[in-house]
Amino acid sequence: MEEIGKETGKEGGKPIIELIDVVKSFKQQKVLDRVSLTIREGTTMVIVGGSGQGKSVLLKHMLGLLKPDQGKVLVFGRDLARVSKGELKDVRKEYGVLFQNVALFDSMTVFDNVALPLRERTKLGENEIRAQVEEKLSMMDLEGTGEKYPAQLSGGMKKRVGLARALILNPRIVFFDEPTTGLDVSRSNEIYRLFYKTQTRLKYTAVIVSHDVPKIFKLADYVALVADGKIQECLTPEDFQLSENPAIKSFVKETMGPIYSSEEEEMGFYEADQR
Amino acid sequence: MMKYLEKIGDDFFYYLDQAGRMGIFLFHCLLGILKPPYKLGPTIRQIHFIGARSLFVILFTGAFTGMVLALQGYYALRKVGSEGFLGSAVGLSLIRELGPVLTALMVVGRAGSAICAEIGIMRNSEQIDALECMAIDPHKYLMAPKFIAGIISLPLLTFVFDVIGIFGGYLVGVGMFGVNEGAYFQGMYSSVEWRDIHMGIVKSLVFGLLIIWIAASKGYFLHFERSGGFGAEGVSRTTTNAVVLSSVTILVWNYLITAILL
Ligand SMILES: Nc1ncnc2c1ncn2[C@@H]1O[C@H](COP(=O)(O)OP(=O)(O)O)[C@@H](O)[C@H]1O
Ligand SMILES: [Mg+2]
Repeated sequence: MEEIGKETGKEGGKPIIELIDVVKSFKQQKVLDRVSLTIREGTTMVIVGGSGQGKSVLLKHMLGLLKPDQGKVLVFGRDLARVSKGELKDVRKEYGVLFQNVALFDSMTVFDNVALPLRERTKLGENEIRAQVEEKLSMMDLEGTGEKYPAQLSGGMKKRVGLARALILNPRIVFFDEPTTGLDVSRSNEIYRLFYKTQTRLKYTAVIVSHDVPKIFKLADYVALVADGKIQECLTPEDFQLSENPAIKSFVKETMGPIYSSEEEEMGFYEADQR
Repeated sequence: MMKYLEKIGDDFFYYLDQAGRMGIFLFHCLLGILKPPYKLGPTIRQIHFIGARSLFVILFTGAFTGMVLALQGYYALRKVGSEGFLGSAVGLSLIRELGPVLTALMVVGRAGSAICAEIGIMRNSEQIDALECMAIDPHKYLMAPKFIAGIISLPLLTFVFDVIGIFGGYLVGVGMFGVNEGAYFQGMYSSVEWRDIHMGIVKSLVFGLLIIWIAASKGYFLHFERSGGFGAEGVSRTTTNAVVLSSVTILVWNYLITAILL
């Protein structure tokens, strides 16, 4: 941790996202039951929890894709459940999103995917767009893939294209839904390295949904556990690992199991970072 | 009995819900057309897809429709000894009814189904959510070019259908049965009035809007489909529904427009 200069539990700026007593049900099933969570500007919030516990649903509330049955979702102080279409659009102009399944536009090339926000949201000329897209693609080690289609890429490459697309307009908040699920160890390290590199450079607030415990603790300022429709606890990674809360203990035990802390994986995690 | 009533009530609210959603969807799409900036490129691509790529089918169906009209018309008219009316019979049926309706049905099969499937897959794979999260309005970005293209393409395709149909009728009537050439065109010329052409244009405009509206909104609201809009099967089922619904709607509206404008 020290060698990459990352301090956890950073105070951060003012609250940028606040969920207050959010309740959401689908038919009979109550997925979120009075969830409250505050995310401060400049911090990295990691949301963990078992599969099907409502992490993606929680994220979709922050994105304004789902509306709560009760409660508030405040982003920049505006309640997403009550804003007009135009205001929601304004909020989303500050967003970058990497979806769980990446959601690249599959009938467009990689280049066009990354260029789309620039084309639709800015008045830049085609030369400037080309320059910016190529810069982002090379930042993600994707030189030379611009003409390919998403279906021609591997899982890890798709995620990196998704990241390039999410970051192209230098957003203030970036959301990641399980950015490394389904990737092997070295591919997911690659994603984490790029995340660290881009966040250091662009200084965005990050909200990461992940299973990847304990590795993800290294990137987190705060870790929140979602279980049984609630945020069980929101702590710094150190406190989280030491917590006596039974929900956390059982989650940590379940996910980390006996293979927790394989040394060589922890070392050299960010090796290739400084370029 | 109660069960039955309950089901009717459920159905009623489901369809009411769907109609409301589709209405709001259309409203946003039309707003999207009006809102700047206007981009020509995507619209032209859609006109190419909906219009130009349908041209061959339209030429083919138009020709055969005109030919069979002349064939049937000739036998019917000969019985009463008025073959001279063949031109006006062919022309009027094409311009007022068959041209707009058959063109629309062909476009439903070719472009409507494709649009529904395309949008449905985008909904399924969260591409539409992704667009929204990028602060790009899917109504403007995805739908507006399709609507414009539909409204422009249908009248043009209908025009082509009519012209080719009349020519096909000419081939059969004049070429095969030896109806007087002058009578064929003169009869048509004197009986087809501006309001017939007007009716054809109104119909094709309305059909153009209807086709895109139904196909696009069915795909867009795939996740609300009661029969389950999930996966490849959900897309294929919804596309089939959209094609059936569009075809029926076109025939119903065809009747309504005829009744109103006649
Ligand atoms: N659109 C939806 N309609 C109905 N149920 C849903 C919907 N989205 C999620 N759910 C349900 O909510 C629960 C939480 O889902 P999700 O947030 O995707 O879990 P995860 O924590 O794995 O991301 C699941 O049981 C899922 O079935
Ligand atoms: Mg999920």
